[in-house]
Parts: sequence; C-alpha cells; structure tokens
Amino acid sequence: MSYGNLETLYRQVIMDHYKNPRNKGLKDGDDFYKIHLKNPTCGDDITIQVKIDNGMITDVYQDGTGCSISMSAASVMSETIKGKTVEEAFKILDNYLNMVKGEKFDAELEMGDAIVYQGVAQFPARFKCATIAWKALAQVMDEHNGNCTCDHEE
Amino acid sequence: MIKISDINKIREDFYLLKNSDLTYLDNAASSLKPQQVIDALNYYNEKLGVNVHRGVYKLSYEATDLYEKARQKVADFIHCKFKEVVFTRGASSALNLVASSYGMKYINEGDEIITSELEHHSSMLPWQHVAKVKKAKLIYVPLDAEHRITIENFKKVLTHKTKVVALTHASNVMGYITPIKEIIKLAHEVGAVVSVDGAQSVPHMKVDVKELDCDFISFSGHKMCGPTGIGVLYGKYKLLQSMDPVEFGGDMIDYVYLQDVTFKDAPYKFETGTPIIAGAIGIGAAIDYLNEIGFDFIESQESKLRIYALTQLKNIEGLQLFNPNTDTGIISFNIEGVHPHDVASAFDQENVAIRAGHHCAQPLMNCLKQVATVRASFYFYNTEKDIDNLVEAIKKAKEFFDLFK
Ligand SMILES: Cc1ncc(COP(=O)(O)O)c(C=O)c1O
Repeated sequence: MSYGNLETLYRQVIMDHYKNPRNKGLKDGDDFYKIHLKNPTCGDDITIQVKIDNGMITDVYQDGTGCSISMSAASVMSETIKGKTVEEAFKILDNYLNMVKGEKFDAELEMGDAIVYQGVAQFPARFKCATIAWKALAQVMDEHNGNCTCDHEE
Repeated sequence: MIKISDINKIREDFYLLKNSDLTYLDNAASSLKPQQVIDALNYYNEKLGVNVHRGVYKLSYEATDLYEKARQKVADFIHCKFKEVVFTRGASSALNLVASSYGMKYINEGDEIITSELEHHSSMLPWQHVAKVKKAKLIYVPLDAEHRITIENFKKVLTHKTKVVALTHASNVMGYITPIKEIIKLAHEVGAVVSVDGAQSVPHMKVDVKELDCDFISFSGHKMCGPTGIGVLYGKYKLLQSMDPVEFGGDMIDYVYLQDVTFKDAPYKFETGTPIIAGAIGIGAAIDYLNEIGFDFIESQESKLRIYALTQLKNIEGLQLFNPNTDTGIISFNIEGVHPHDVASAFDQENVAIRAGHHCAQPLMNCLKQVATVRASFYFYNTEKDIDNLVEAIKKAKEFFDLFK
C-alpha cells in the first residue's frame, strides 16, 4: 500500500525516538536551566533541562506530552546537542529550523538524527510540533547568554 | 422540496465539492459556502460597497435595505421579532455580549451561574469572568456517565440563588442535544435567565426561540453556509432593552451631549460603528439557501450519515469512540496508540479534512481523560462516499502507524 508523503514525515528513526525516548524524565537540582513550553492549540507540553558548564552543554533532560513529532523531536534534540558548545548548538538549531521550514540549509553540518526531520517541510501544519523542543532549547541558551526574554510560555 | 436524490445537485453549489476530491468533515468548525452566498457577498462589495444608515443617496439606501432585510430573514428563521436580532462578529461575541452586558449589570455577590463541562470555552469563560469579578459562584451541572447534560442533574444544581444558566444546545465535541426546553422551563421557575449556545444547533435543526422560550441564543454565520465575521445574538426584547451597551461610539446613539448621551433602542445600541454589512447580507443569503434545502432534508441526511458512520466505526478494532450515542453529525474518536495530530496528518494525505485537538473544550477533554480527540462532523452536503473515505483513511492510518509497533 502506498502511504504517499506520510513516509517522508514518519521515518523509522522518528518513531523509534517516540516509542523509546532518550533522556526522558526531569532531574532534581538547581544547576539546570529549565524551560517549560506549551502549544495550547494542540496540547503539546514540553519541559527541558539543560546543564551548561564553561559554554559546554553537558547534560539534557526532557519530559512532556504530545504527538509523535513533538515528543520524538525533544528526544532527538536532547541527544544531538549533548556534548556540544552553546555556539555549536545555536548553529545546529538555526540549520534545523531552516531545514524544517523548507528553506536552504547546510546538509553537511553534523546534526545527528535531527536530519530525518527534513520531511516536515512538506507538512507545514506540523512545523510547530517539530520545533517546540528546539525553541525551548533556544530560550535556555538565550538565558545562559544573558539574553533572557523571560517568556517561558508559548 | 429537496429530495435525497438531489444531493449531487446540492454539491454543485460548493466549489470544493464540485472541483476537488476533498472529503470535508470539519463542518462543526466551519461549513463550506455555496455559490449563492458568495454571489450575495460579491453583489454588495461590487455593486454597492457603501455604508448603511447614513447616506441619503440611492446606493446607501439599497445597502441599508439589504442589511435590514437580512435581520428580518434571521428573525423569521429563528421565529422572533426583527428588533430582537443583534448582529455580532460571531457566536463568541454574542455569548460575551450577554455576559458583559446582562451579567455585569445583574449578577451580584453570592449569586449562582450554572454552566457545564460540555461547553465550548466561548460559552463558559465569559461567565467565569463575571463570576470572578462579581464574586458570584460558577456551578457546573454534573454530566452523566455518557457526559450528557440531563434534566435530573440540572435539577440538582438549580437553586433560588441561580441567576443565569449558560448552556450549549448541541455539544461541539459529543454531538449531544441538551434537553434545553425543559431546562429553560425549570430555570424560569426560579427566575433565572437562560443563555443558550446555539452555534452547533441552529445550522442543523429547526430552532424556534419562541417555542424554546430561551432568553438569549447565540450562533455564527460561518457554520451555516454563511461567511466568517458575522453572528447573531437573539435576546428577548425586554431583556435587550434593560441591558447597557458595552461599546460606545458611532451609530448607536440618539443624542450626544458633552457630559451625557442617550442611546438608540435595541438592537442598534449594541451595534456600534459601521455594522457588519457584507456579513449580514451573507448570513441572509445563507438562510435563504438553507430554507431552500429545508431542515427536513438537512436532518434526514445528517441522521442517515450518522447511522451509516457509526455502524462502520463501531466495528473498527482499536478505534476508541467517545460518543457512540451522538444525536447529531458529530463523532469524536481516537485511534489507540496514535496521537490525534498524527491521525490528522495521515488523513490529510488522503484529502480527508477533520479536526484534531481539544475543540475549545478543555474541561471536557479532562472528563474524557484525553488531551485531544479526532472529530469528524457532517453537514447536509456530505455523502456515504465521504464516510467511506473516512473509514478508509482510518484503516490506512492504523495500518501505517502499526508498522512502527
Ligand atoms: C458550541 C460552540 N460554541 C461557540 C462557538 C464559537 O463560535 P465562533 O468561533 O464562530 O465565535 C463554537 C465554534 O467553534 C461552538 O462549536
């Protein structure tokens, strides 16, 4: 049976992260940056926790509820950016956003499993799902860099 | 009289039904608009385009005439007086007008307002606000096991402190019809006023406000073949007259002095500024269209589709049906293990348009213990083929997401 474009969106890797999320569950401790984002129209609800030492992202946790795209993206994001510097993470983030928007992006840039979200570009209605965890990350890094917008709810 | 066999002729009136393979099952959100309504809108915009009530020239006279004739069409449609029809931006604005005008004037500390967890946010939130500001109590009718509003449960919360009852006539998620006529009778016995949310009833069934004896009813044009941006508040004239305007400015005044002002009578004191002229003409044309189709046809077509759909959906394994006893063309379900938004994307690939989400009814989602549901909703122009396409889309989505199990 042909599922059309569906197969370009729902890749095995994505569904694997959805069913077996990495770095799931929040940790105690106040040495984490913590951001909670919601998308009230669809009920996606995500919290991410990030530890940053000397400009290096050393630990990431995520938790929440939502659809397969938003939940898997949180898992993929957590894996992709762990061990990266904030500067590197920003580069990946920008590249990722361009990619899912269907704009020009650097296909050579190492971004782990995040690359499989290319198909989102053909599903503009799912853009928000694919980016909510990444937007939370952007806020964490802004806060770390002293550019806190203090707008933790979306 | 339209016959069932004329369904293909009806579908010709709708561009998308005629020219695409769209399966449109999101009618509870918005209906499609027939050519007749588009023509009426175009006529005003192209041939008239001028303001109402103000100009003495011929064009303005005709625009005013069409605008006010639309009000008469609404009045005839729901069986009330011309001056009892207030044009608003939509059902939400109408529901808010009742709360911010009637509610803010007449609700006092300790009074009770009855609503339900079945409500659309636009029906309950205006009263939540009034209750907060006025220190009144917002009371919820307990829903029964099926999540219905019943007379029995309504009696349990009705007291002599009840001042307002704000309930939906037809649920936009469960498709249940509220026994509103009996509820209104009971409410009136304790002197309470009833504001009915008719957004999902008026487009689908004959609603006679005199027969119901409701005090207010609100509905939207865009769910009944009309354009967006227009809705109606019906209110008993005595009540409308007793209420204060909430918006002040052009068109709604009688005399303006430096420190005082007198207002026009209802409905005009609630229609501040240039009114929604095109919208009103559009809803008037939509009413002409619905009258031509007739509620006999609309109700029988929707009930036929409901039975046909439910019979098939009940037999799909892994399909969680939330309202197997729905009274209307609204069916809510989930596919086990698949998030409603993933279902919606899969359906979209098959060109089946449904709604996935909380349907502006978060309290009800909590009752159902779901974050969201998939909702298919029919109108008179849908066919058994549309249901077949829905069933196919469900099966295909299940099969696809099963691949990842
Ligand atoms: C039951 C109910 N009430 C109120 C509304 C609000 O209507 P509108 O969005 O047109 O103001 C809707 C539509 O979404 C509805 O289904």
